[in-house]
Amino acid sequence: MNNDIELQPSSSACGGCRSCAVNMRQLGIDAAKFDYVVALAGNPNTGKSTVFNRLTGLKQHTGNWPGKTVTRAEGGFEYEGGKYKLVDLPGTYSLLSASVDEEVARDFILFGRPDCVVTVVDATVLERNLNLVLQVMEITDRVVVCLNLMDEAKRKGMDIDHRSLARELGVPVIPTIARTGSGFSQLLQAVTGVINGSIATSPRKISAHGRVKDAVDELSELVGERFPGLPNARWVAMRLLDGDVEVKNAVDSGELAALAEGLR
Amino acid sequence: MSIERTQNSSSLLRRADELRQALHGSFRDDVVKAIYADAESIAGKAVKGRGGRTTFDQKLDRVITSKIFGMPIMLALLGLVFWITIVGANYPSQMLAIMLFWLEDQFALLLTFLHAPWWLTGFLAHGVWRGLAWVIAVMLPPMAIFFPMFTFLEDLGYLPRVGFNLDWLFSKAGAHGKQALTMSMGFGCNAAGVIACRIIDSPRERLIAILTNNFVPCNGRFPTLIMLATVFVAAAFPPAYASLIAAGAVVGVVLLGVLFTFIVSWILSRTVLRGEASSFTLELPPYRRPNLIRILYTSLIDRTAFVLWRALIMAAPAGGVIWLCSNIRIGGQSITAWTSGWLDPFGHLLGLDGVILLAYIIAIPANEIVVPTMLMAYSGASMMFELDSMSELRGLLIDQSGWTMLTAVNLMLFSLLHNPCSTTIMTIWKETRSRKWTIVGALMPLAIAFAVTFAVAQIVRYVAG
Repeated sequence: MNNDIELQPSSSACGGCRSCAVNMRQLGIDAAKFDYVVALAGNPNTGKSTVFNRLTGLKQHTGNWPGKTVTRAEGGFEYEGGKYKLVDLPGTYSLLSASVDEEVARDFILFGRPDCVVTVVDATVLERNLNLVLQVMEITDRVVVCLNLMDEAKRKGMDIDHRSLARELGVPVIPTIARTGSGFSQLLQAVTGVINGSIATSPRKISAHGRVKDAVDELSELVGERFPGLPNARWVAMRLLDGDVEVKNAVDSGELAALAEGLR
Repeated sequence: MSIERTQNSSSLLRRADELRQALHGSFRDDVVKAIYADAESIAGKAVKGRGGRTTFDQKLDRVITSKIFGMPIMLALLGLVFWITIVGANYPSQMLAIMLFWLEDQFALLLTFLHAPWWLTGFLAHGVWRGLAWVIAVMLPPMAIFFPMFTFLEDLGYLPRVGFNLDWLFSKAGAHGKQALTMSMGFGCNAAGVIACRIIDSPRERLIAILTNNFVPCNGRFPTLIMLATVFVAAAFPPAYASLIAAGAVVGVVLLGVLFTFIVSWILSRTVLRGEASSFTLELPPYRRPNLIRILYTSLIDRTAFVLWRALIMAAPAGGVIWLCSNIRIGGQSITAWTSGWLDPFGHLLGLDGVILLAYIIAIPANEIVVPTMLMAYSGASMMFELDSMSELRGLLIDQSGWTMLTAVNLMLFSLLHNPCSTTIMTIWKETRSRKWTIVGALMPLAIAFAVTFAVAQIVRYVAG
């Protein structure tokens, strides 16, 4: 328990509570100005909301995504002097198909340019959850995997080697139990590490073979030439090969160019 | 600068299109496969020890959703459910009919005793009461048997597996795999099925699912199908096999409905609602031990009582209207006779007759009452007819009303394909908010029903000489 953080109302700032051990303070929606934006992605039913609530406290701002009827929850927290805005993305299984939820999640990861994307996965059904992780990692390098529901995995007799998982994925993997807060200090450390660059990530890319690989390689290069500075040229190439109308429009309208400029 | 950018972008997009064409649209499948393979290999390295769901669940799923056994198991279960419904509903239906029609006589006697005028007695006892009695006798027993079984399969976690089994067929038809689920809902009630289409995100695929939901028979139409299968199709076979044949005939009609769902979805997705099928992840929930109390509550209170109540509300006025139409005479002929006589030539073209069409017009508010309405119209003004058994029903329809096997088959087809009930039409309007699609949703099935029954009638008559 020594690493656990305790839920504290944001008003009772640091009264010798254990959260001081990790210098974390829930901000709810109080924080006016944020230093960093962190997005929270994950499949439905992975305990994503529990993670969100534990980080931000019970106060959160909910509204709709611009022009969409999908709920958008936002909150904030302070950690080691930095103020973080946490944006809860809709729970999705993938970022491929055209559902509104997936579109919203994908657009935010792509155009919202979060400083870090925490992807919550259900440790008991790891394989299925990794599908989303692999797709998030195609869009951004700044990923931390929150390996949640570790207690349930243990109860089911599963032994998950999170180090091996981190090695395979090329991003930090932090085992957590969101219900009790176990593992959250490591999670926050990983998030700040990824943001300030002290943790270097090299996300595993979706493997392609044969003609698919040739097509992806060729088009990635073209996208890279067209948009220098764009970190996810390969992903854009793959979306174009899939006939994604929205990405096509983003290329056409210069939206992607603006994004690449901004990231340079 | 901006011109250069546009040129660069369009050449990029052109090249992307070329590469895409060269891959023949298999890109999505290849990438999804690669993602799954990667996830499997990564998870395989990291996870030790058995976990996840029990191995029994996985073994069961491997059989139930397998390419070879999935479909046959589904059809066998469907057949079994209908067979139990048909066999089980037979006796209670007869007993209810005898009891309720005996009550009708008592009710009429009471009214006569109270010196009520003959028309009031006729209207209330032989009109309204008979309408209600028919609905209860014909619908209650099959529903009380069918719904608990359906809810049992639902509670067990079997329905998502049906969706899984049918997914590839729907994506072949250019529709969404979740349409398998909304279609399953349609078996209960088409209006509920149309609302369930909300689970489909893509507007194009959602519209396809809404427009084709009507092609699976709802519970209001099952009694008609079951009655026709029992009285006509099964009666041509030895009694030992009769109920099996009847169940088989109902399964056949259901499959035909599913086939029409696919065909119409396919046509729509290649014409007015053109587009590619989107992929989705369907989570197969763990099998659960069904909760008996909840099954009984859901199936009997939420479903049986709900559907029956709706039918009764519709049947009471319809019974009254039919009695009035049969007894108000204009120029020596009842209104029923006039209208059905007027509709007869058209009905004949479709292998049906005027009374059947009239019954369908009166039954637009609720498909449940088609059979009762039809029988009341046939048995006519005299209202002396009392149908205590299926053989008497057969006698009424074949000997007195000139039904043939063609009539029965075409009525089953018509019942399967015709326009949705008014509740469903209203629901389509609420869900699409489009006058155009609501009209299409109402008239397209009707046009298909006319076309199919017309074709069958002409072919049969041509072959029979």
